[in-house]
Amino acid sequence: MAPSARQGAEGARAIRERAGNTLDSSLIVAQFISGLTSAMTLFLVASGLTLIFGVVNVFNFAHGSFYLLGAYFAYQVVAVSGVGFWAGVLLASLGAGAAGVLMEYFFLRRIYGRSGEAGFQILLTYSFILILDDVVKMIWGTDYKSISKPEALAGPLSVGEVTMPRYDLVVIAIGLAVAVGMWAAIRKTRFGRNLRAISSNREMASSLGVNVPLTLSLVFGLATALGGLSGAIAAPVRTVTPGAGIEVIIGSLIVVVIGGLGNFWGALVGALVIGEVTAFGILFLPQWAILFSYAVMALVLVFRPEGLLMKKGNAR
Amino acid sequence: MRGDRTDAKRRWSDWAQWGAALVLFAAVPLLGKKHFVNMGNEILVMGLFAMGFNLLYGVTGMLSFGQAAYYGVGAYTVGLLLSKGVAPFWVALPATMVAGGALALILGPLCIRLSGVYFTMLTLAFAEMVWGIVFKWYAFTGGDNGIQGIPMPDALRTPLRYYYFTMAIVFLSFWLIRRIVDSPFGAVLQSIRENPERVGFLGVKVRRYQLSAMVLSGVFAALAGGLFAGYQHSIHPDMLHWTKSGEVILMSILGGVSSFFGPLMGAAVIVFIEDMIGKYTEFWEIWIGGIMLAIVIFFPRGVIGTIHTWVSHWRKHGEHADTAARP
Repeated sequence: MAPSARQGAEGARAIRERAGNTLDSSLIVAQFISGLTSAMTLFLVASGLTLIFGVVNVFNFAHGSFYLLGAYFAYQVVAVSGVGFWAGVLLASLGAGAAGVLMEYFFLRRIYGRSGEAGFQILLTYSFILILDDVVKMIWGTDYKSISKPEALAGPLSVGEVTMPRYDLVVIAIGLAVAVGMWAAIRKTRFGRNLRAISSNREMASSLGVNVPLTLSLVFGLATALGGLSGAIAAPVRTVTPGAGIEVIIGSLIVVVIGGLGNFWGALVGALVIGEVTAFGILFLPQWAILFSYAVMALVLVFRPEGLLMKKGNAR
Repeated sequence: MRGDRTDAKRRWSDWAQWGAALVLFAAVPLLGKKHFVNMGNEILVMGLFAMGFNLLYGVTGMLSFGQAAYYGVGAYTVGLLLSKGVAPFWVALPATMVAGGALALILGPLCIRLSGVYFTMLTLAFAEMVWGIVFKWYAFTGGDNGIQGIPMPDALRTPLRYYYFTMAIVFLSFWLIRRIVDSPFGAVLQSIRENPERVGFLGVKVRRYQLSAMVLSGVFAALAGGLFAGYQHSIHPDMLHWTKSGEVILMSILGGVSSFFGPLMGAAVIVFIEDMIGKYTEFWEIWIGGIMLAIVIFFPRGVIGTIHTWVSHWRKHGEHADTAARP
């Protein structure tokens, strides 16, 4: 979160100077849109984190690393190989999803059901943060990388006096589409019904004929693909750097603590809160903007430790 | 685990372990190489950090991923007090313990509101917050430049003197940790690890004990950080970085969290490995990650713990063979 917040702080200062230090409505709209944009990238990661936790019962500490992989895959495909932007985004998500399936199939699966599993999950997924971080550095180096936005979306969109960056609007639309799509998939399809069955009782679902190991791998792949998607579509807005994995996982962790881990809509609400709090925090206290999200998390913990959208008394 | 051994045997093996550790560390400077003294110093400091962490993880069953915050705050206590000329080293070093304990008293109550994975992630998040403050507060902490040239008292100027000073403090702390673990208080901590709910039913205020464990572990982490600041004469925000918290976890599980000196052994192994890897490659994270992955999958009880299991298995097997052979 640190480098992006720093860049954001400089950006905000520039915006403020241009606006003559007055908080007019167009500035507020601009910050609101930028908050929504980062909220959506956070939501894509956090919803995957929550999905894995709810169904597979694993806290995937390495989830931010799939964001990182998505961003670098997109850089490779779009900026180096010259494939079109959206094809690149699709390939990057698929690549991150495939990496997620491999991690689940070859490693995580070996420790399911072990006593003290939670601790081992954290350590195992932590080791993947370190490994993937170095793999990325070995392949792409430590320099900052960037991707340019697709040409059609590079400019701003003006509605009356308010101008909004087109690309940001597309990111927000993608985030909302994923939210609705995931909700429909979980609630309305057979696959979603299997997920809910596994999440409430794995053995029972298995004895009723659900292929549990396959479903767990698929969920893992789907969730890490969402992380990869987030990294790919965020790449043109934020620069791509190694070490982004941990920034993103801490951001989404704050999001799920606020919304309630395992709660899909909680991830959306938490992401919106954090996105906006950070966007407006940058405006007022640029240097300490990152502290606002921690402060919000601490407040939620004190007054509603089960998360904003969880039923009260839901012990965790 | 020690149940099948008699008290006398246990006491003997205890004395042997303490004796071996003391003799080994006291002998390091006799090897005559400055490099070994430096490594010994690092092992002692990281060992103290890991043993303090294990009070939380191995003893009480709370996996904190934010111990670097306490370690770093200890280092910055020494660095800031000395470089700003506020207090001498002899005051600053004990002050690290106050600072570490105070930080745990602030963050602890927030973290223990949740348990399990949530607890772990909260400790990480708040430690990142502390790192962010240290990293950005240029005027006070020097930001990402850190602080160099921390003035040390004359009595501790040479590396050799500082080494023995560190050794004395660290072993004194080990003794304290041992007393804590073996006390009735320590017994409550261990029962909380086994089953916090049941301990709560007995009328024990579980959260108060968990908070105490966090404070104690923060105190020892901060002391380790203070010792390291005095040894390096410099401090840097990297000391609070989350990879430092990961490193101390790795040391503990590598050595084995259920044996008393396990974390110290783990610290020694990791310091050696980092020293070797550092010579050949800049990509040390992938090695650390790979080792961790291998331990989790193949040696979940740590290296020492696994050897211990093999030995006791073999011993039991032998005894069974004996009784079976008897007519």
